[in-house]
Amino acid sequence: MDIDLISNILYAMVRTGTPLLIVALGELICEKSGVLNLGQEGMMLMGAVVGFVVALLSGSLLLGFMLAIVAGMLMSIIFAVITMELSANQVATGLALTIFGTGLSAFVGADFVGKPIDGLDPIFIPVLTDLPIIGRMLFGQDLIVYLSFVLFGGVYWFIKYSRPGLILKAVGENPHSANAIGLPVLKTRYLAIIFGGAMAGLAGSYLSLAYTPLWAENMSAGRGWIALALVVFASWKAERVLLGAWLFGLASILHLVFQGLGFSVSPNLLAILPYLATVVVLVILSSNQSRSRLVAPMSLGKPFYAKS
Amino acid sequence: MIKLEPRGERSKRMAYLSPVLAAVLTMLTGVILFTLLGVDPWEALVTILYVPISDTYGIAELCVKATPILLCAIGLSVVFKAQIWNIGAEGQLLIGGLFGSYMALQLIDVESAWVLPTVLVFGALGGLVWAGIAALLKVQFNTNEILTTIMMNYIALNILLWAVHGPLKDPDGYNFPESAMFSDSSLLPLLIEDTRIHFGLALALLAVVAIWVLMSRSFYGFQIKVMGLDASAARLSGFKEKRLAYFALMLSGALAGLAGVSEVTGPIGQLIPNISPGYGYAAIIVAFLGRLHPVGILLASLLMALLYMGGEMAQISLGLPLALTGLFQGMLLFYLLACDVLISFRVRWISRQPTTAPIQPTTNTQG
Repeated sequence: MDIDLISNILYAMVRTGTPLLIVALGELICEKSGVLNLGQEGMMLMGAVVGFVVALLSGSLLLGFMLAIVAGMLMSIIFAVITMELSANQVATGLALTIFGTGLSAFVGADFVGKPIDGLDPIFIPVLTDLPIIGRMLFGQDLIVYLSFVLFGGVYWFIKYSRPGLILKAVGENPHSANAIGLPVLKTRYLAIIFGGAMAGLAGSYLSLAYTPLWAENMSAGRGWIALALVVFASWKAERVLLGAWLFGLASILHLVFQGLGFSVSPNLLAILPYLATVVVLVILSSNQSRSRLVAPMSLGKPFYAKS
Repeated sequence: MIKLEPRGERSKRMAYLSPVLAAVLTMLTGVILFTLLGVDPWEALVTILYVPISDTYGIAELCVKATPILLCAIGLSVVFKAQIWNIGAEGQLLIGGLFGSYMALQLIDVESAWVLPTVLVFGALGGLVWAGIAALLKVQFNTNEILTTIMMNYIALNILLWAVHGPLKDPDGYNFPESAMFSDSSLLPLLIEDTRIHFGLALALLAVVAIWVLMSRSFYGFQIKVMGLDASAARLSGFKEKRLAYFALMLSGALAGLAGVSEVTGPIGQLIPNISPGYGYAAIIVAFLGRLHPVGILLASLLMALLYMGGEMAQISLGLPLALTGLFQGMLLFYLLACDVLISFRVRWISRQPTTAPIQPTTNTQG
């Protein structure tokens, strides 16, 4: 393998890992508050379709990204209301959100399938782009990839060092104690869920406006689900979410690597790799029961009833 | 303002009323949606809910469409009762179709009454193995079955695509991604002449009865229900938790596999890339909508089949996107979950001052 190929693979790895990273960071915050939202896939699809349609009609990519974020937030608010106000089961509601988002996005986007759009261009950062091997990977990407670096830093800092981050963790570990000392449990969870929705919307629009600038039904192809597995893989730690997202990005572009090495394998079989990797990783990480109990937020998935 | 007040116990009446309420709310939302789209809402509702089944041919087609949904959903009712989240009916259906197709193609030149049963068993076995992997990972390695079954849906789809583009492709098929047509000996016989209703419907109805007996008349079914309600009680009673989890998952997988093989040997007659328009996912909604009860599931699967046909009809005569079906499915499930709040809470209108009665959580049996 020559340097150019490695450089290109690393570039594609980060690019492919970016939507996973963004949506997984959102889910990380959501799960830290004790809420398991299985609706990531549906929110991503809504973000993808809204971003694409808005950008195509208005001619503004920025507006597309922004309204995609709003779409993701609106979707997550439905989830928040049903699970917290109406105390429905989080698993079932998240599933419903995905089924609903898949249907609604296909409905909204029906007239836009296959239409071309000018996607987001890369921004080359002078000098740094020309660094060997990592230049293209870190400094020759588009704006959303750079934004994902910032989001990662922000989430990392927020969870580890900020006071609201501490409240978030307290709520996720033990909402009853948090409530008893006067922390706003429901408000925290609302905000965490909505942040998750915003990130999923952004990740979705990254797919339809930058990664493969087009809209196709079901175009997120399970990335929302892989992101859920990523959070488990990451043991609920932001830095491992970054690592995991890029590793999964690598697993998704292995066909490039194989081509580069001169192998020919069925594209359908190679498409299995990221999903298979997800299963393998989950098995390895969850086989140690006591450990997985220790690292997950204690109240994850459990409903909380405020006592007035 | 509106306040939710706990009932103290689960309302049986509301449990049955909630799906009806959800269906009505979905319809009302549909009316608003059609009005916004500039389609006459009455005409749209008639097109979707009545026109597809306005003649005997339509009713027969409804049964054909409901068959795979019913098979998947009745299996899911068992795992869901055990509080195991098998989201993988779609993948199990696809693998069932693939395994069955493989056998049908192997036996394409054999003329014997044994061919069809072999094909069907092989298909069911495919679904069973596929769900069995998820069961193994859950029981032995404590791996979350929601994520593994979802991932295995994507894996199953890609294996099917690989097979239909590769080893199982018809060599005389002008390079289309389709298998050869199966021979008559591996096709399901028609149940009613002059319709497309095939023997699969009989299998599905048989499965419904069998599951009903299992769940309400057998000790095994009782153990599954106890495990779902309270895992530690089941453990204390000495129930074999692991064995029950295997059983429930593999049973639902086998039924989904049977749905898949019934599709390829029934209405389709060969292996094609898209043997299911998401029947496995629709079955999840059906299982919930039918309250995990055989009769409810039977009715709900007919409704879901109607939604599929109505979506096609709306596309043909009103020019609406086919995705209408998926949208309505999603809304239905959402409204159901929202209406289910009425099972444990009652709605109170409070006119003046806020009540002083504290809101206590009811004992939430649904986890």
